[in-house]
Amino acid sequence: MSNMEIKELEKIASQVRRDIVRMVHACQSGHPGGSLGCTELFVALYFDQMHLKEKEGEVVFDMDGKDEDLFFLSNGHISPVWYSVLARKGYFPVSELATFRKIDSRLQGHPTTHEGLPGIRVASGSLGQGMSVAMGAALSKRLDKDDHLVYVLMGDGEQQEGQVWEAANFAPHHEIGHLIAFIDLNGQQIDGPTIKVMNNRDLGEKYKAFGWEVMHIEQGNDMAAVVKGITEARSKAGHGKPVMVLLETGMGYGVDFMMGSHKWHGVAPNDEQLATALDQLDETMGDY
Amino acid sequence: MKKYTYTEKKDTRSGFGAGMHELGKHNPDVVALCADLVGSLKLDPFIKENPERFFQCGISEANMIGVSAGLTIGGKIPYATTFANFATGRVYDQIRQSVAYSNKNVKICASHAGLTLGEDGATHQILEDLGMMKMLPGMTVINPCDYNQTKAATMAIAEHEGPVYLRFGRPVVPIFTDPDQKFEIGKAWMVNEGKDVSIFATGHLVWEAIQAGEMLEKEGIDAEIINIHTIKPLDEEAIMKSVKKTGCAVSAEEHNRLGGLGDSIAQVLVKNQLVPQEYVAVNDSFGESGTPAQLMEKYGLTAKDIVAAAKRAIERKG
Repeated sequence: MSNMEIKELEKIASQVRRDIVRMVHACQSGHPGGSLGCTELFVALYFDQMHLKEKEGEVVFDMDGKDEDLFFLSNGHISPVWYSVLARKGYFPVSELATFRKIDSRLQGHPTTHEGLPGIRVASGSLGQGMSVAMGAALSKRLDKDDHLVYVLMGDGEQQEGQVWEAANFAPHHEIGHLIAFIDLNGQQIDGPTIKVMNNRDLGEKYKAFGWEVMHIEQGNDMAAVVKGITEARSKAGHGKPVMVLLETGMGYGVDFMMGSHKWHGVAPNDEQLATALDQLDETMGDY
Repeated sequence: MKKYTYTEKKDTRSGFGAGMHELGKHNPDVVALCADLVGSLKLDPFIKENPERFFQCGISEANMIGVSAGLTIGGKIPYATTFANFATGRVYDQIRQSVAYSNKNVKICASHAGLTLGEDGATHQILEDLGMMKMLPGMTVINPCDYNQTKAATMAIAEHEGPVYLRFGRPVVPIFTDPDQKFEIGKAWMVNEGKDVSIFATGHLVWEAIQAGEMLEKEGIDAEIINIHTIKPLDEEAIMKSVKKTGCAVSAEEHNRLGGLGDSIAQVLVKNQLVPQEYVAVNDSFGESGTPAQLMEKYGLTAKDIVAAAKRAIERKG
């Protein structure tokens, strides 16, 4: 990928970050920290790496998702980044971002299919369930002889859920090779640093022991590194082994006063903090 | 009293296995999942003929529910199977979020429901599953009465778009319904027309209700017996039509008296027209080890308990 193309993705990421802080500010509720940390991943996936269904240059959505790559968000609380990227990609009007977490909105606090938001195929929020669903979708594709990939993102705190390890066992046993899972390794959860709350030590070694292909993206907020990492993960997929990517990100990345602290896991900025945050993020595609 | 006879007894779970076998032949979208209880769920014929459409999940029920939800995304119709306790209470949150709230076309198929699992005891005898499943918005809840009806229900739910909880059991019970019956979700089945008391039974307690009806007849009491095989959506029309005629009701189920069929019927009566109602159900307790027959007796779920309840209901009419 050329430097120019990376620059384009970075511009989108900057706008997505503006969307995130504005959405969370507007309803004074939501999770900005993890959303900002995972922005590069979402932008790289949706604007560069995933094979999405398109018609006359526009993305189209159907629930079955046949003949395209699929993405599942297991740690549903980082919904602002997903909603922004889906809207910016064209799944639903960008103006709808203003309804986030407000009454009668399709943009629920945590993603849902209930109101029918294009781009979302399963509800998430209660942690630990996304990887199981992604594996089911991958098996469905296998039955249909559809070679497209299924992606799933989980949190690192989420690794404390037992179901994650049921799923970790299942994927290699059933040789689910068209699955690429990411763990957002930001080291923070609501009650504090993950290492203090419940140390998820040696995650990579654990997945390796379960039979996964494991790789790292150490610079999870560097667009070029993320694009390169996903490209490498794709090259490892399709060989009968599920692929786990440990993505090291900074919680709150891009807004200096939010960076690296669990305090911004689920807190909304006030007016002044919003202004400070927006000063640090270029408007590149127009605010909603 | 209409005469019901039988020549054979079988477990309802075998009806499920037979239904799956048929589905495997005729519906290429049907897939099955199981959590290490293939023999108990009678899935062998399906797996033998459709190995690529079966996913062994091991002892990981939460994951099984999630994988099932995912399989629907490509248009598959997953049947997630295990014991009723592990198919509901153990994975309530997974069903709630990934299946019911997400409105996924998953069929949760639960064997060994209720007390009559028997000797394994209370840890395996769930008596709260109907309540938990019926409280989930959008969930269809079915509890068929014998082998033939379970087989018919197993096939019918494949044609129904949306999440379903299908409950069946281990004890061998008389087969008295038509092998070629059409199973209509949400439509109660009139077993016997009568005028003195309405007995609404579900699952294998329908057979107990039939026996109770014969015993009542000998005492000059004409019981109407209705098989409520679908707990949700409930056939309110059939219930109201019956109690308007008889003036009193008995509900009979192998479930906790709190939150099951009886409470669903009580809600219908409260909303429309109050008549006396008596419950035949487990009196808010856990079960214990014993033979199915001993447990039915001790926890008050037999034909004679239905008879006593019918008399109490009639008495209360005043």
